[in-house]
Amino acid sequence: MSNAMVSLQGVHKSFGDLQVLKGVDLEVRAGTVTVILGPSGSGKSTLLRSINHLEKVDKGLIRIDGRLVGYRRRGDKLHELREREILQQRSQVGFVFQNFNLFGHLTALQNVVEAPVSAQRRKRSAVEPFALELLERVGVGDKAHVYPRQLSGGQQQRVAIARALALRPKVLLFDEPTSALDPELVGEVLDVIKELARAGDTMVVVTHEIGFAREVADTVVFMDDGRIVESGPPAAVLDNPTHERTRSFISKVL
Amino acid sequence: MSITSLPSASTAADPPETVALQDSELTVVGRRHPWRWAGVAVVLVLLAMFVHGLITNPGWEWPTFFQFFTTRTIFSALGVTIRLTVYGTVLGFALGAVIASMRLSRSPFLQVVSWGYIWAFRSIPLIVQLLFWFNLAYLYQELSLGIPFGPEFVHFSTNNLFGPLGAAVLGLALHQAAYAAEIIRGGIISVDAGQLEAAAALGIPRLRQFFRIVLPQAMRSILPNAANEVISLFKGTSIVSVMAIPELFYQVQVIYGRNSRVVPLLMVATVWYIVLTTLLSIAQFYVERYFARGTTRELPPTPIQRVRRGWRALQLKARAA
Repeated sequence: MSNAMVSLQGVHKSFGDLQVLKGVDLEVRAGTVTVILGPSGSGKSTLLRSINHLEKVDKGLIRIDGRLVGYRRRGDKLHELREREILQQRSQVGFVFQNFNLFGHLTALQNVVEAPVSAQRRKRSAVEPFALELLERVGVGDKAHVYPRQLSGGQQQRVAIARALALRPKVLLFDEPTSALDPELVGEVLDVIKELARAGDTMVVVTHEIGFAREVADTVVFMDDGRIVESGPPAAVLDNPTHERTRSFISKVL
Repeated sequence: MSITSLPSASTAADPPETVALQDSELTVVGRRHPWRWAGVAVVLVLLAMFVHGLITNPGWEWPTFFQFFTTRTIFSALGVTIRLTVYGTVLGFALGAVIASMRLSRSPFLQVVSWGYIWAFRSIPLIVQLLFWFNLAYLYQELSLGIPFGPEFVHFSTNNLFGPLGAAVLGLALHQAAYAAEIIRGGIISVDAGQLEAAAALGIPRLRQFFRIVLPQAMRSILPNAANEVISLFKGTSIVSVMAIPELFYQVQVIYGRNSRVVPLLMVATVWYIVLTTLLSIAQFYVERYFARGTTRELPPTPIQRVRRGWRALQLKARAA
């Protein structure tokens, strides 16, 4: 609990009869990169989405920087927060989607500026130079006034990363950020994420890119069937998995 | 005929390459569309026949048409029609937007109320509803505000509350709202769910999510249907002629009831309906174009731009020749 930026305790989640998360405990220290690996349907994305309350969990506690996500504790009762408060909390977490989900009717710059202005009530005139700087940083500075559909997939995802960064989030969550991209565009997006890791941002990344995990992750978490099977430094989990399930997954992916 | 014979057939059709040309010197010949020209010819002939009929057949009584087309009576009737359309549209869509958002809200109470409203006003024929509002005084001579089943604060005489025009606007707007609500709801649910999710993930406030993110994108599918509704309301206002309101259609009926020149007077109304529908359609084109920004790499040219481009191309051709 001491310097955990994100902490999950006994998180359970079901969709109807399907149990997706069956008791997940996870700690992400500030300034570290955690990569979550695992087969499809193992609950990786659900776990990530529950961290910023896009999914409401059935049981268990999630904290960001020590504060409960989605609830307020009074005595021994947890009261659900109001929508406005949940939105407020979310603006401290950057989320990057697999399908980018850029706002199609807004230019790249407008996409980046929107949340700081409307969610954090910062002045547009102050946010715009910062937004341009961010677009520059992810390598699409010359595309500020272009609509998303006029950009390549890799460029769209980099704009989406700039949009997430614009909130100055405490944590960045990436949900398979390169899965919707052509193979030759994957590199440019991963480079941006590596750059952020070097700058010391706290990140949780769900991905299938083992090479990226090996190079960037401080912690690799392997999930299967709604549980964390094993976790540790990349060298341990990727090269010397102790669990049979991890071994067979990694041998298939590599 | 087997497929294997095709390549040899096409080789036979190709002329022999007599002159050895460099690849870069070959001329591109655009695809010709002779059937388009044939279609144009047929349509032009049919159109000419139609116009010829309009001009030569004395039954249309054009002198009578022009005698009435721009009279003051017709203009003031047209004014009533336009007012009914504008009020009906504005009030109808405003109420429709509220009903649509109730239907999409998370509150089961609001959902049911909204569903009930749409059900009721789509079920009752418009003409019945209009006659009901028009004859409200027959059912309830007085209306009053107060505590239900308790004391009353204010009294109205129903007859003074709204005149025939007010009753017509009320009826049209309430009817329109039910349809507008469904059109708006349809537009909103057609926006990709990822857009709302991204907005929620960014912490954008809920009202702002709706007006800044969802609605502008929903407008793309709302607009063509909404324009349909406005145009059909515009012509549909003729239904209030049952309430003896002097709108365009009623007034035309009154005139031909007096002078029995039915055809030219119906044409007076028709031509005015056509003129205003045309204006609405043009407005629709440009409004839709505005909301299309960002949906394609390049917006299609407007008709004016197209004509200009075609003219420039012709000039270039003429200069080259």
